[in-house]
Amino acid sequence: MTKRRQATEFAGGRDALASATPYGAAPTGAAGPAPALSTDLLLNVEDLHVSFATDIVNVPAVQGLSLQVRPGEIVALVGESGSGKSVSAHAIMRLLPRTGRIPKGRIQFEDRDLLALPEEQMRDVRGREIAMIFQEPMTSLNPVLPIGLQIIEPLQFHLGMSTRDANLRAVELLRMVGISDPEQRLRQYPHQFSGGMRQRVMIAIGLACNPKLIIADEPTTALDVTIQAQILELMKALSRDLGIALIVITHNLGIVARYAHRVVVMYSGRVVEQGEADAVFHRPRHPYTMGLLRSVPRLDRPRSGQLETIEGLPPSATDPLPGCRFAPRCPFRLPVCDTPPPLAPTDAGSLSACIRAADIAAGKLAWRKPAAVAAEAALRQDAAEPALRVRNLTKHFPVKTGLLARTHQVRAVEDVSFTVERGETLGLVGESGCGKSTVGRLILRLDAPTAGSIAFEGRDFAQMSRVELKAMRRKVQAVFQDPYSSLNPRMTIGQIIAEPLQVYGLAPNIAAARERVVSLLNEVGLRPELADRYPHQLSGGQRQRVGIARAIAIEPQFIVCDEAVSALDVSIQGQIVNLLEALQRKRGLAYLFIAHDLAVVRHISSRIVVMYLGRVMETADRDELCERPLHPYTKLLLEAAPIPDPSVEKARAPQLIHGELPSPLAPPSGCVFHTRCPIATSECRVEIPVLREIRPGHSAACIKV
Amino acid sequence: MLRYVANRLLLAIPTLIGVAIMTFFILRVVPGDIVEAKLRGDGAQVTTDVIERERARLGLDKPRSEQFLDWMKGLARLDLGNSMWTGRPVIEEVAARFEITFQIALMATLIGCFIAIPLGVMAALYRGTFVDTLIRLFAVAGLAVPSFWLGMLIVLALLWSVGSLPPLTFTPIYKDPAANLWQLIWPALAVGYRFAAVLTRIVRSSLLEVLGEDYIRTARAKGVIESVIVRRHALRNALLPAVTVIGLEFAFLLGGLVVTEQVFSLNGLGRLFVQSVARHDFTLIQGMVMLFAAFYIAINLVIDLIYAALDPRVRYQ
Amino acid sequence: MSDTTVRTRKTSSWVQNPLVDFCLKQPTGAVALLALLVMLFAGVFAEHIAPYNPITNDLAAMLEPPSAKHILGTDPFGRDIFSRIIYGARTALIIGLSSAFVGCTVGAIIGAASAYFGGKVDNAIQRCIDLMLSFPLIVLALVVVAVLGRAVVFGIDINLILAIAIPIVPQVARVIRSSALVIRNLPYVDAARIAGYSNTRIVLRHMMPNLMAPYLIMLTAYIAQAILLEAVLSFLGLGIAEPTPAWGLMLSGSAADFFDEAPWIVIFPGIAISLAVFAFNLLGDALRDWLDPKFKT
Repeated sequence: MTKRRQATEFAGGRDALASATPYGAAPTGAAGPAPALSTDLLLNVEDLHVSFATDIVNVPAVQGLSLQVRPGEIVALVGESGSGKSVSAHAIMRLLPRTGRIPKGRIQFEDRDLLALPEEQMRDVRGREIAMIFQEPMTSLNPVLPIGLQIIEPLQFHLGMSTRDANLRAVELLRMVGISDPEQRLRQYPHQFSGGMRQRVMIAIGLACNPKLIIADEPTTALDVTIQAQILELMKALSRDLGIALIVITHNLGIVARYAHRVVVMYSGRVVEQGEADAVFHRPRHPYTMGLLRSVPRLDRPRSGQLETIEGLPPSATDPLPGCRFAPRCPFRLPVCDTPPPLAPTDAGSLSACIRAADIAAGKLAWRKPAAVAAEAALRQDAAEPALRVRNLTKHFPVKTGLLARTHQVRAVEDVSFTVERGETLGLVGESGCGKSTVGRLILRLDAPTAGSIAFEGRDFAQMSRVELKAMRRKVQAVFQDPYSSLNPRMTIGQIIAEPLQVYGLAPNIAAARERVVSLLNEVGLRPELADRYPHQLSGGQRQRVGIARAIAIEPQFIVCDEAVSALDVSIQGQIVNLLEALQRKRGLAYLFIAHDLAVVRHISSRIVVMYLGRVMETADRDELCERPLHPYTKLLLEAAPIPDPSVEKARAPQLIHGELPSPLAPPSGCVFHTRCPIATSECRVEIPVLREIRPGHSAACIKV
Repeated sequence: MLRYVANRLLLAIPTLIGVAIMTFFILRVVPGDIVEAKLRGDGAQVTTDVIERERARLGLDKPRSEQFLDWMKGLARLDLGNSMWTGRPVIEEVAARFEITFQIALMATLIGCFIAIPLGVMAALYRGTFVDTLIRLFAVAGLAVPSFWLGMLIVLALLWSVGSLPPLTFTPIYKDPAANLWQLIWPALAVGYRFAAVLTRIVRSSLLEVLGEDYIRTARAKGVIESVIVRRHALRNALLPAVTVIGLEFAFLLGGLVVTEQVFSLNGLGRLFVQSVARHDFTLIQGMVMLFAAFYIAINLVIDLIYAALDPRVRYQ
Repeated sequence: MSDTTVRTRKTSSWVQNPLVDFCLKQPTGAVALLALLVMLFAGVFAEHIAPYNPITNDLAAMLEPPSAKHILGTDPFGRDIFSRIIYGARTALIIGLSSAFVGCTVGAIIGAASAYFGGKVDNAIQRCIDLMLSFPLIVLALVVVAVLGRAVVFGIDINLILAIAIPIVPQVARVIRSSALVIRNLPYVDAARIAGYSNTRIVLRHMMPNLMAPYLIMLTAYIAQAILLEAVLSFLGLGIAEPTPAWGLMLSGSAADFFDEAPWIVIFPGIAISLAVFAFNLLGDALRDWLDPKFKT
């Protein structure tokens, strides 16, 4: 079809598109009934192999991926880092970097083999028939071009539209993705949009030429959980209404459960299991899938004693094992697993690459349950001063938007109060901009509060003498989010852990220091040989353990865990959480656990504090908060977090938050949440709600409860 | 926007004052006396009270603080004083030589840009190939070769090929463009090569960095042709840092043409500066330093404005 | 709790040596290093290599073109150019290395301290740096030369070294400061502060080692600049004084009068300067490429 004809076809089809469900209408439940799927395959990937050429050797990234997508279907490609899922997507679009090679495979898209197409024809496919959306909305748009230009580019290019027509279509697209005031917004630049809005723009660009397939590579990983829900619902609605097939690449099993029809699970470059979402989630037939499903903490189930985890580390990409890659970590391993396993059909209608799939189906193999732990009641020490008491903590940051401009105040933390008892964990939860990290920094005395008090073991910081403050340093330590930058790259592991011992004189000589280092390494589950390695030689999970060893080296009593597991793979997260809990039991530590993932926070904490835009919204015991939340924001957070169980998700019709996060330079008057609150009324705009106890031990800051 | 400009101009004042103070007091620490050098320099026999009278005439007998205040008052009136060596106003001395130096600097900048930008872009696009290596060698060589030596080589080449040296007297461009260009193109080339070398490296690394950015990947995913990607998406982002470098190097050229002027026997600002340093001509040195600092601040402001025009992130806060 | 170790490629300890690793991965850098070693050798053993005394005049052999007797010819005073170039290597290296080292080290300390302490201290230092950066390198050098005059100690002009080192300080300080600012905000520095370490320990043990990479790169770049600057100053008559052999000096004065008749008196010293600066620049580039991916976390 010539470009001109396509353009006019478009004009005719515009009305149909205009009536597509605009954002804001009530979503119709989870994945919904499967669309009337034609049996013709839209995309058929056969035995795809991808490798990267380095100076030394070819590193295999994907080995033997086979994937089918039907029109209108949503397929999820699931895996952790190093699984090859992202590489596969890039390979389908033929967007691999210069070092990428595709030695084997066939990618059949409708009637063409994409790998055999010359580059000009592949360019025609890209952006017109297959579109791609990337992970980082903040950097995926050109900062110096207005977004209108970036949206109409594919329209002019692929469809030959005139600028006027293209602009009209762009307005329509922006409206479809739920951006208000689209005519004005066309002329604006990416930095004037928030993260969620930029991702909507990316979706609009993807939709521009009405593609048949959209590949979304971790589209919501960089977004807050409430925004994530908005974006995913949007994508699902668009897919359903416009009949566009979606390949969603993610590591988040909850998202998969809520949105995908079919699931492909990858591990170390190979497919280990694939099938209908129901089958894979409820009747997994591969140990990795089983382990993955079990290691994700779930909000809808009561908290188990310990997280079940997959032991061991992800495999190295440069030195791939022959045979089943998962074997070293598999509890059901047999000697025969050293030969490459084929992908074979199972009783559940899925495909599994495990030789023992039949045994799993027969129920002969069960995941090892973790050892039961002593009841937690022994933990609470009564009649002792709480480890930490925070009262009316406030922190404002001065910001100058221009040289002669007035200094504005960013109200990062406003009137926050909570208490952490000795030996217990307080979870601090909230989305970006809520101030939770700032609270952590204030407690660690990396910054000074503008107002309010912090008292450690009964003594207020402001009243401590210099000697006491120095002594206090020993008692309060921290574990940070990013395992890659929380260790000094120029020091060995042994030096990093030994340093606090030396500074505080806890080891009289080198031999004693070495001994303590080894015992600390053992305690965090690392082998003593690692003491002579440098951080860049360790994996993320191992580095995080080193960070924990460093923190406990000087025997603190309180540890601030600032997003300590957020940057880790799902299967490693569980290990670290279990480690933290074990250390807490053994040493009587108190934790302030700061995170944005409510499920993990609920697992590890005894009490939870929910923050929004610098203020506390709700405080309660963990089960009470998750089962009977009071504050509308907490309810929305719980709704937004997807649960890794398709049947549960089908039964939910999650309510979505609307609007964007207000700027912390100008927080809303009265209740800071009222601009996005579903039950807000005019009083909410005026009165700042006080945190008051509604039920015993359960406080909320809302005038409506 | 207007407020931003006013802002910057206001900020310039304390900087200039700082420069004035620094220059004044540093120079006064210098051993050696201009009057001695001027009057006794040729070995002439001069009595002490002639020297004293000359010193009084130049105001060198007053206490330092008074000399400083005199000078500051002059500055406020925009009067830079007179050269202690020749007696002529500083402004006049500078103005006489300004045109030559300015024109050479301008030509060198233009030559540099015309060579460097295409070369830098090519080196980035053909990265790792023979073309890239060649261009990079060219750039590194440009940094290594002293521009005054290059000037000498150019003079030698001219002698061998054409048989004559470039003219020594300066004809302004509006009077006789051919003669003017023939005289000034050679020093401009000598200096321009180094300018091109610096700029090529920056353009190359900047473009390489931009081409690795996420939004270029988005453009590719949209199916845009590579040439459009480079032209529309990459270049604008990549040239932003180059703008800063071009502006700053141009400003530096004005002061840094010292040796090239020597080689080509040109009567320019650089030569004047060296002479005044050798002669301890305080007022001239101070005046030139102040002028240079003011010019540098002005160039910085222009660069920032250009940046704001090109980069919307700066324009819309 | 089991934990498998990350598989590391076995390499022989010989290759682990950083020097060998550098030469293998960066061949251009290895060549540059070789060239510089030659230069060093020439400078150190000049007395044994140079065929003639560089200082004594021999008016009978004025301005002789290159021949078997004088490989690179003679200058207006009859001195052998080849010998003067070899001795000039010594001058260039001494001045270049010491001024670059002094300038870079002082600049690095100032930059790191400024970044670490932040606040008013940082602002004040920034203002001074900005002020000094308002002038081209050569203008500053000229001013310092004018102020300090000449002070020759053990045959080395200390003030010349200072004149070249001082303008380098603010440039290095600015670059190191921005690197240091990045490091200061990294979690491992926060961890050190939380652990209650003294400021000295944090700057010296945690920040400085991670600044080595930009420092080394700048050092090689500024050695090159220093040699060039020395040449310029000598050319202007404000640097090394006659009769000490210095490459820049060989291009000025009487050379300027005669070079049209006897081009060899300027061609060869110029080539020497260019090659030395070229080699140092290549070394700096190779160092940057080598250090970058290795220590990137």
